[in-house]
Amino acid sequence: MSEEKRIGVFICRCGRNIAHTVDIDKAIEEIKKKHDVAFIEENMYMCSDPGQNLLKEAIHSKDLNRVVVAACSRDMHEPTFMSATKEADLNPYLLEMANIREQVSWVHENKEDATNKAVKIIESAIERVKMNTPLTALEIPVTQKALVIGGGIAGIQSALDIADSGYDVTLIEKASSIGGHMSQLAETFPTLDCSQCILTPKMVAVSHHPKIELLTCAEVEVVDGFVGNFKVRIRKNPRYVTEMCNMCNDCVEVCPVVVHDEYNMGLSPRKAIYIAFPQAVPAYYVIDPKTCLGIDPLICSKCAEVCEQDAVDFDMRGEIMEDTFGAIIVATGYEPYPIESIGEYGYGLIPDVISGLEFERLLSANGPTAGVIRRPSDGKEPETVVFIHCTGSRDPAKHLPYCSKICCMYATKHALQFKHLNHNATAINFYIDVRTAGKDYEEFYKRAAEEERVIYIRGKVSELLQDGNRILIRGVNTIAGEGVELHADMVVLANGLIPSEGTKEISSILKLSCDSIGFIKEAHPKLKPVETAISGVFVAGTASGPKDIPETVSNASAAAAKAITILSHKTLERPPQIAEIEQTTCGKCHTCIHVCPYGAIYYDSTSNKVLIREALCEGCGSCAAACPSGSIELKNSTYRSISASIKALLKGEEMAQ
Amino acid sequence: MAKLKTAIVLGATCAGCDVAILDLNEKIFEVDDLCEFVFWPTAMDFKIDDLLALEDGEVDIGIYHGAIRTSEDLEMAEILRKKAKVVVAFGACANFGGIPSLDNLPYDQSLFDLVYEQVPSMDNPQGTVPLEIIELKSGDELTLPKMLKDAGALNSVIDVDYYVPGCPPMVPLIEKVVDVLKKFSETGTLPPKGTVIAGEGTLCEECGREKPEQISYHAFFSPQETKKIDPDKCLIPQGIICMGPATRSGCGALCTKMNVGCRGCMGPTVKVKDHGLKMISALTSLLEVDTEEGMTEEQLEKIVQRIPDPLGTFYRFTYGSSLISKLHSDKEDK
Amino acid sequence: MTSTMQRSHKEIKNTNPKIIMFLCRWCSGKGADLAGTSRLQYPPNVLPIMVNCSSRIDPQLVIEAFLEGADGVLITGCHLGDCHYKTGNYKAYKRMTILSKLLEQIGVNPKRFRLEWISATEAAKFAKITTEMVEDLKYLEPYRKGGKR
Repeated sequence: MSEEKRIGVFICRCGRNIAHTVDIDKAIEEIKKKHDVAFIEENMYMCSDPGQNLLKEAIHSKDLNRVVVAACSRDMHEPTFMSATKEADLNPYLLEMANIREQVSWVHENKEDATNKAVKIIESAIERVKMNTPLTALEIPVTQKALVIGGGIAGIQSALDIADSGYDVTLIEKASSIGGHMSQLAETFPTLDCSQCILTPKMVAVSHHPKIELLTCAEVEVVDGFVGNFKVRIRKNPRYVTEMCNMCNDCVEVCPVVVHDEYNMGLSPRKAIYIAFPQAVPAYYVIDPKTCLGIDPLICSKCAEVCEQDAVDFDMRGEIMEDTFGAIIVATGYEPYPIESIGEYGYGLIPDVISGLEFERLLSANGPTAGVIRRPSDGKEPETVVFIHCTGSRDPAKHLPYCSKICCMYATKHALQFKHLNHNATAINFYIDVRTAGKDYEEFYKRAAEEERVIYIRGKVSELLQDGNRILIRGVNTIAGEGVELHADMVVLANGLIPSEGTKEISSILKLSCDSIGFIKEAHPKLKPVETAISGVFVAGTASGPKDIPETVSNASAAAAKAITILSHKTLERPPQIAEIEQTTCGKCHTCIHVCPYGAIYYDSTSNKVLIREALCEGCGSCAAACPSGSIELKNSTYRSISASIKALLKGEEMAQ
Repeated sequence: MAKLKTAIVLGATCAGCDVAILDLNEKIFEVDDLCEFVFWPTAMDFKIDDLLALEDGEVDIGIYHGAIRTSEDLEMAEILRKKAKVVVAFGACANFGGIPSLDNLPYDQSLFDLVYEQVPSMDNPQGTVPLEIIELKSGDELTLPKMLKDAGALNSVIDVDYYVPGCPPMVPLIEKVVDVLKKFSETGTLPPKGTVIAGEGTLCEECGREKPEQISYHAFFSPQETKKIDPDKCLIPQGIICMGPATRSGCGALCTKMNVGCRGCMGPTVKVKDHGLKMISALTSLLEVDTEEGMTEEQLEKIVQRIPDPLGTFYRFTYGSSLISKLHSDKEDK
Repeated sequence: MTSTMQRSHKEIKNTNPKIIMFLCRWCSGKGADLAGTSRLQYPPNVLPIMVNCSSRIDPQLVIEAFLEGADGVLITGCHLGDCHYKTGNYKAYKRMTILSKLLEQIGVNPKRFRLEWISATEAAKFAKITTEMVEDLKYLEPYRKGGKR
């Protein structure tokens, strides 16, 4: 930078706000002495139109090429003065502000001290502005297409909202059908809508939407790139059944392999060729390669033989596809807490102790018992059922520390539905607290407890034992302050929620930060509930923590709206004050790569260079401080510039001896 | 062409630099062809008068190794500057103050007391300590050079033309120096003043150990504390303190090739003012970098305190010329 | 040693200590602004430099400040866990902890160098810490510009 520096300094009086403690005339006199200051002026209110005009005119008439505005905090008016500078055809990054209000005039009373400090702060801004270089905001082209990972209700809602706004969406689901856990539910609290009835139309809408590309049996393998342009590699696993399938079910009849049906929580059998559930989307069958006799027509090809549509294709192979997306929504959901780990409840050993989702399947009209509650042990209808809340939840010593948020409500719903099926039956709920913070939730609970006579016992169950063909429940009633011992025909454990395997996998692929349990962390728990720490990646639904359906859906719509804020632009603008690497001195020690919290620095083996992904750099400067060879600088906040600021602030400080 | 008149002067040095010159093997004959040694007390019997007898500027190449520790070192450096056309600071001590400068700490008398009285191996009931002036019975005086307050690099007392870092400078560097001298003898040209005759980059570029893209580690180990150091992988992720990332190249990464972390004898690269601080900043940044989030101050404090003696670790060779060594010690305020 | 320090505490040795204070843009900088908006008073001896993050501060800059004649250096940032850049303040904490250990080895009084977390709302804490540090430094000799030589 050999050009002559012509710096203009503009001091704001801010009415009396600054002028009553800072002697403006004296400050001007001091700063005039500085070399390179070509023009200095004060104004009553620099942020007013006359103030801004003064700045603009002076830039032109005095041929200024650097500007310092001494006024308030940069948070307050930096944008104002940057745009004024720009309007005067001067690069706005050649402006520096000196805060002589919040950090001088308002906090000091002694006029001489305040004036001295103001002069030093202005001088340090002058030193900084001298070293600034003109910068241009970074423009990043945006691929106007979103990727939604996970086909549960959250992913479905996000995909539909984005597609309805006119943007292309790819929805990817690991399983053979979308629908997620919601498709397994019988009815939903607090309105007792049939879950399938409200979910199926959305699933169908996904499959028909011209803007949605649906990939099932597919997984994300690698994500590269950054906001605006994520390069994603997707693995599509073979389905072995083509779209020609007309769901005639002939293949299922002949398939010799019988395994547990995951959709029915193992309470019923299925074949190796099957459809996840009747309303599955996409609506065609799939072969489970793990249990099929070998995807080898020489061993068994019964299904292919009976298929009139020739839809069975044993030669189908997995494919890898790559695509670019502007934004990503992670909606990979939850899994029920594995309650086998709670030894005292005997789940898995006592046949009639079942999980919440298993009970849900028993309640379902399309479930293994066609909606009749039957004991897994003997098929009899139970007369007394005990529902245990907080199974695995709120137990920091042994299990999960947090509240599952939904198990109070779904255990209440279970008890209520059970009573609806058999009014003379007994439903007993053991609870720690009944938490009903949702619209109409308290009313729902009151209805169960008061109208339907569901019994609520406050206390924990300490053990479950098989006693003949019944179950002995030992626990405590903490309101009565006494032990409880009773018998039931069935016990339903209301499991807590943990992040799904998919949530864990995708957070490691995307390098998202997670809490100690594995739920994805929001960028801010209150103000950025669907953003993640990675710009352009959003999280919807239970991947970020337990949620009920209404919250999941609104969360998913919020994530969609946030994704659209990116997709709706052809380019993204980012501040240009980012890090840069001086290649001639860089030792390629890789220190900076892991210091960067955004993955913005990488080693390029083809050029043997450490490079910066400009779009990812947020400008914190941590790499610059860490670089052991001093090869990284932050644009317009360089080491030299900070060092010059220090010198200016301490100018005239002589040793006192 | 006449041989270059060469003087090698010793300051506070272990004379390892002299041995390093002899390590040149057959290339030593080239040195003999090029140079006429007019002063080199380690190799031949020279006295100060031999140097003083020369005309000012008569010496073509003056090589100085060792730190400026005593009044004698200072005097010799000043004489060399007067006699030599070109002065080369040779070795870590002359370049940065080296190990002798590690005692520039505000120990006052305590260091002296430790060495002459307190160390367990000392048997000194009379409390005899070296004195600057000793009066003999004959009435004559014997003098010892005075200890300067601080030990420093050569360029803290005289103008230096070229720098050859290392403890000692490694053979490839000395070969480079010989080549420079050869060119000077043949063409009369020298590199620009201030040139550091060494690599431009950092040790990492010479080291050849495989580095993970993302470096992190959880604790420091002394080499003897670890089970096994992988000889092919970067030392830092293995918890071995290695100054390589902040250290100038040119030595051929001999230490890391021997499974020992770089100790930084080549000093910092051109953009760095304080070798140790930069290495501290880099190394502490990577300590527990993938697990630090969510830690408390106490936890962080605990892991960072695993770095024992930062001064001795990160300033082994460069303390005398570092920024921090210029700081005033409050302990000296009375 | 300690007894000398305690004795020396009684007399003011430096009427006008100067402190270089690094502010981060997102927490302590906003806290400093809030101190202004709330009209809290603190001594004018603290001279602010705003950087984006406490992790921007190269330890060399701290030493430069001392060599330029600062009597103290105060680094401020977001509380752990609140860093705008996720983990910048963790890096700053680790670096500056070793730096203070180093300064201790050299014999620099620990009162001269502090690292404090100040949130955007902690204006009172901001005023308290700056006032406290200025008071502490009054009882130390003025730090010598240009170091010891």
